[in-house]
Amino acid sequence: MQFPHLLSLLIWLPIAGSIVVLALRSRPEVARWVSLAFALATFLASLQLWTGYDRSGPLLQFVESQPWIAALNANYALGVDGISVALIVLTTLAHLLVVISSWGQIKDRVALYMASMLAMEGVLVGVFATTDALLFYVFFEAMLIPMFLIIGAWGGPRRIYATLKFFIYTFFGSIFMLIALIYLHLKTGEFSLAAFAAAPLDATEQAWLFFAFVAGFAIKVPMWPVHTWLPDAHVEAPTGGSVILAAIMLKVGGYGFIRFSLPIVPDASHEFAWVIIASSLIAIIYIGYVALVQEDMKKLVAYSSVAHMAFVTLGIFIALALVRTHGNPLGARLGVQGAMVQMISHGFVSGAMFACIGVMYDRLHTRMIKDYGGLSQPMPWFAMFFVLFSFANCGLPGTSGFVAEFMVILAAFQDSPLIALLAAFTLVIGAAYTLWLVKRIVFGPVTSERVAGMQDLNPREWIVLAVFAIGVLAIGFYPKPLTDLMEPAVQNLVQQLALSKF
Amino acid sequence: MAAFQERWFVISKTVLLIIVLAPLVGGLVAGLFRRQVGRAGAAAAAIIGVALSCVLSFWVFYQLAWGGAPVFNQNVYTWVEVGSFGMHIGFLIDRLTAMMMVVVSFVSLMVHIYTIGYMADDDGYQRFFSYIALFTFSMLLLCMANNFLQLFIGWELVGLASYLLIGFWFKRPSAVFANLKAFLVNRVGDWGFVLGIAGVLYWFGSLDYAQVFAATLDPVNAARTVEIIPGHPWSVTTVICVCLFIGAMGKSAQVPLHVWLPDSMEGPTPISALIHAATMVTAGIFMVARTSPLFELSEMALSFVLVIGATTALFTGLIGIVQNDIKRVVAYSTLSQLGYMTVALGVSAYAGGVYHLMTHAFFKALLFLGAGSVIIAMHHDQDMRRMGGLAKYMPITAITMWLGSLALVAAPGFSGFFSKDLIIEAVGESSRWGSGYAYFCVMAGVFVTSLYSFRLLYMTFHGKERFVVEPARGGAHHDHEPGHLEHPPRESPWVITVPLVLLAIPSVLIGWSTVQPMLFGGWFGGSIRVAPANDVLKVLGQEFHGPLAFTLHGFTQLTFWIALAGFAVATWIWLLNPGLATKAKKTLRPIYAMLVNKYWVDDLYRVLFMQGGVGFGRGLWKRGDVGVIDGAVNGSSWIVARTAAVVRWVQSGYLYHYAFAMIVGLILLLGGLWWTVARIAA
Repeated sequence: MQFPHLLSLLIWLPIAGSIVVLALRSRPEVARWVSLAFALATFLASLQLWTGYDRSGPLLQFVESQPWIAALNANYALGVDGISVALIVLTTLAHLLVVISSWGQIKDRVALYMASMLAMEGVLVGVFATTDALLFYVFFEAMLIPMFLIIGAWGGPRRIYATLKFFIYTFFGSIFMLIALIYLHLKTGEFSLAAFAAAPLDATEQAWLFFAFVAGFAIKVPMWPVHTWLPDAHVEAPTGGSVILAAIMLKVGGYGFIRFSLPIVPDASHEFAWVIIASSLIAIIYIGYVALVQEDMKKLVAYSSVAHMAFVTLGIFIALALVRTHGNPLGARLGVQGAMVQMISHGFVSGAMFACIGVMYDRLHTRMIKDYGGLSQPMPWFAMFFVLFSFANCGLPGTSGFVAEFMVILAAFQDSPLIALLAAFTLVIGAAYTLWLVKRIVFGPVTSERVAGMQDLNPREWIVLAVFAIGVLAIGFYPKPLTDLMEPAVQNLVQQLALSKF
Repeated sequence: MAAFQERWFVISKTVLLIIVLAPLVGGLVAGLFRRQVGRAGAAAAAIIGVALSCVLSFWVFYQLAWGGAPVFNQNVYTWVEVGSFGMHIGFLIDRLTAMMMVVVSFVSLMVHIYTIGYMADDDGYQRFFSYIALFTFSMLLLCMANNFLQLFIGWELVGLASYLLIGFWFKRPSAVFANLKAFLVNRVGDWGFVLGIAGVLYWFGSLDYAQVFAATLDPVNAARTVEIIPGHPWSVTTVICVCLFIGAMGKSAQVPLHVWLPDSMEGPTPISALIHAATMVTAGIFMVARTSPLFELSEMALSFVLVIGATTALFTGLIGIVQNDIKRVVAYSTLSQLGYMTVALGVSAYAGGVYHLMTHAFFKALLFLGAGSVIIAMHHDQDMRRMGGLAKYMPITAITMWLGSLALVAAPGFSGFFSKDLIIEAVGESSRWGSGYAYFCVMAGVFVTSLYSFRLLYMTFHGKERFVVEPARGGAHHDHEPGHLEHPPRESPWVITVPLVLLAIPSVLIGWSTVQPMLFGGWFGGSIRVAPANDVLKVLGQEFHGPLAFTLHGFTQLTFWIALAGFAVATWIWLLNPGLATKAKKTLRPIYAMLVNKYWVDDLYRVLFMQGGVGFGRGLWKRGDVGVIDGAVNGSSWIVARTAAVVRWVQSGYLYHYAFAMIVGLILLLGGLWWTVARIAA
């Protein structure tokens, strides 16, 4: 027995929660518990998607549709495939964890913070759940608002610069996407993604549309060279903001490539795949070196996110050459699956890394690597978790980070061993910047009195990190349930890619 | 009866699962519940787990070797499935695997028992047990794999265990430097390894050993080429094998990826014995033997293996002569012996390489544990210049180390003799490109091995005592001055000496009963595949008339006299004429400097990769990210500045003002959009 409007519930329940919490501004303690209740309820409801999604049924499930703007033929249309289910469950889980972990971190304007978080949750679920391009665009833009507030109001000293950079960068990109959507609407008279995917488009149209989409999504991912907003945004964001930014918001970019670029402009995607692949490879190597020399932990992890998200774009765009040039749809599926697993995995790993940095920041109020050292002595539990997530970050087998990188490298090799050679450099450089960080922070002698006095994890922090750890290890040891969930959608996508639109 | 026999002599999946998982469970109990179970509980949990594994491994070995059990090859579960690309976790248990399981679990059990004594005073007692049990789990996972995925998973997890254990004393900066170095150097190897695996999947369509090896028989696959660089067709098996072997060079510490192994001696001594001598470092050797059907297809890859192995065998051994840290001598010896194993692989004598792996596991674990016993007696001083004459204080350690060393230098009749001499003869038989160079290296290596081995024994156990015994002043335990002991050195407790004795037995004897079947009797059966034209062991087998004849024959061989010359020189310099070494050091200063500085390889890497990498990264960051990209972003957009001015004005400090502005903006945007679109539509 499924709830008939489950997707709507998942969107509007947290948004309703945010309004309720906003009304509790004078009572922060109550606001916290109410937020927790809403976040927990949303998460539990989202589990129904996971259990209820029929892997052998039709591709789109939990479908809802209402006329929305009749004049534009835009609909309030929802529906999910396995890819969306995975991302939605990740979203609700990440928000639940953020609500729990912000308990001790946010002391000031609690209700507003919680309300922003809940609103963001609803909007992000909306992004992944809608099948209408205009509705997608609304959610896509709307998610900037709560994030803008979170960084702008609870951020660090340079938060105005960071928020503006963040906002203008992403807004700049999405304008082009909007133009592309309007063009497609004029062409088809609809806003449904299915209609866009079915629309015949010639090579010139596709090229323009392709780059318009790239402008929108590449900045979100973010891809080299439009990544420079991310380190600044992370550095200024409070922990919860960083976790959501890294774990979920970046995924919207990769999701956009899969939902828009590939099905709507497959020929242009194939023609210009080399641009994306080149940029991804540069990101893996260049950003790896840049991450190596960061002195601020958050910047380091932010740069590492850019390098890891490059595996998402690499896996997605390698698929085109595999399908079209090599006639190797199996390799293409491996690549896209790898990209998708990387999205989920990176959600856990980067979320956990930022949560760990938050734990340290709460105690010492500094993000500089040089201020720490020898944490394994005052904080053994923390050290264990941090080392685990660090190894996940450098793709150790048994953790989720390995699964995706391994699949993408295997797929890339089928296109070109040289691409695989460059991508696999992450094994070295990723380990170098991550484990050097571990060495400086966790190991060695205790460097100062303040470090010696740091308290180990409290139960709340312990629970949050443990949940992240379970996710990382579960996907690492047994990724099959996750890939099986997404397999029908991936297979369908790869079939679409094989068909030219002219 | 038949039904009983069937059940009894068929390998059961449950047993295999217990073998793998028992150490993991033990390790998790010891690690996660260290407070609840306490020191004794943690030790017990880990030891019971590993002991169970060891007993069952012997049982499986028995089933295969004598019970006539068929080879076991089954998947346990599917890890990922994308169309027909199934990746599984599963076991392939044949005689090669069974031998590895026995060696790994037995040496591991000895090391576990030894640890009770060695780590008795350490705060990290439980943590240590949990790590070594985790290591045992990973290593068994690696050996028992029936596919490349699981091989790689185990491969990396042993790397993790090694990382954790080298950095076990994490307060020491040198230890946390060494473990980072070890992991990164291994990752360079894995870079190649993962590409090799990708090549296997691409060109053979599967990661499953059985399927891949079956496909290698197809001449189409053997002849396939690829042009990675246009205009240069390379055999795909050469590409795959060279890539896989680069992985082995990392894990098995072959030149030029050998630099991490000597530094790994920062870890506690039981670890040096278990991981950095007997088991993990042999993973690369095992992997090449396991994938022999692939390597056999590529003459070029095997020559590459041969040259790398030979270089490692001779040149790392030379460094061992000038080391003064007792563990480092044994470490360089390990590098050199790994080179010997690799040479064997390179001349297609896989069984010889694996055989040396086995004998080496026993005698090298023995030498390390013996060195550990000495180190305890010297209160954790490892410098041989402050030892000497210890034989009379610790006879069991001295005798067992002598036995281990005799095995190492291949004294006729000892286990190392059978394995090493056969490798050398196999190289002599081979006509592969590079075998001439390799023959020189392994022959010269015999002299070098003998030299550093006896040097170690003399400097440690014989000659003048170079330490001072001073009773403690003023009661409390204080930090010792090097070379000053509070009481005379004494023999170690039974938990340490019993493993020494138990390891000494196979070190001396195991060759007698095993050499004939394992090397010449086709004991490995289908586990190792050698092309008839490459089968040097078969040629040697025709001249082999039993271990006794071989031993007697050994006394007439050149290798024996070379080893004896090494013994004589060592005795002359380090036992009879102390002071000659110092003189030699002065006369041969350039050579000495080259060896002491390890051919400056570490310095080169430090400048090139560490400083170079950081410099490169800083350049990219400051010039690329901050300079060019952000320069463009910030500079070109005066809009940003203007907007900032507006924001400054709006910045009233009230949150809802911002929120309000945003929402108004969004509404205006959407309204404008709607209006525009409606106009166009109309």
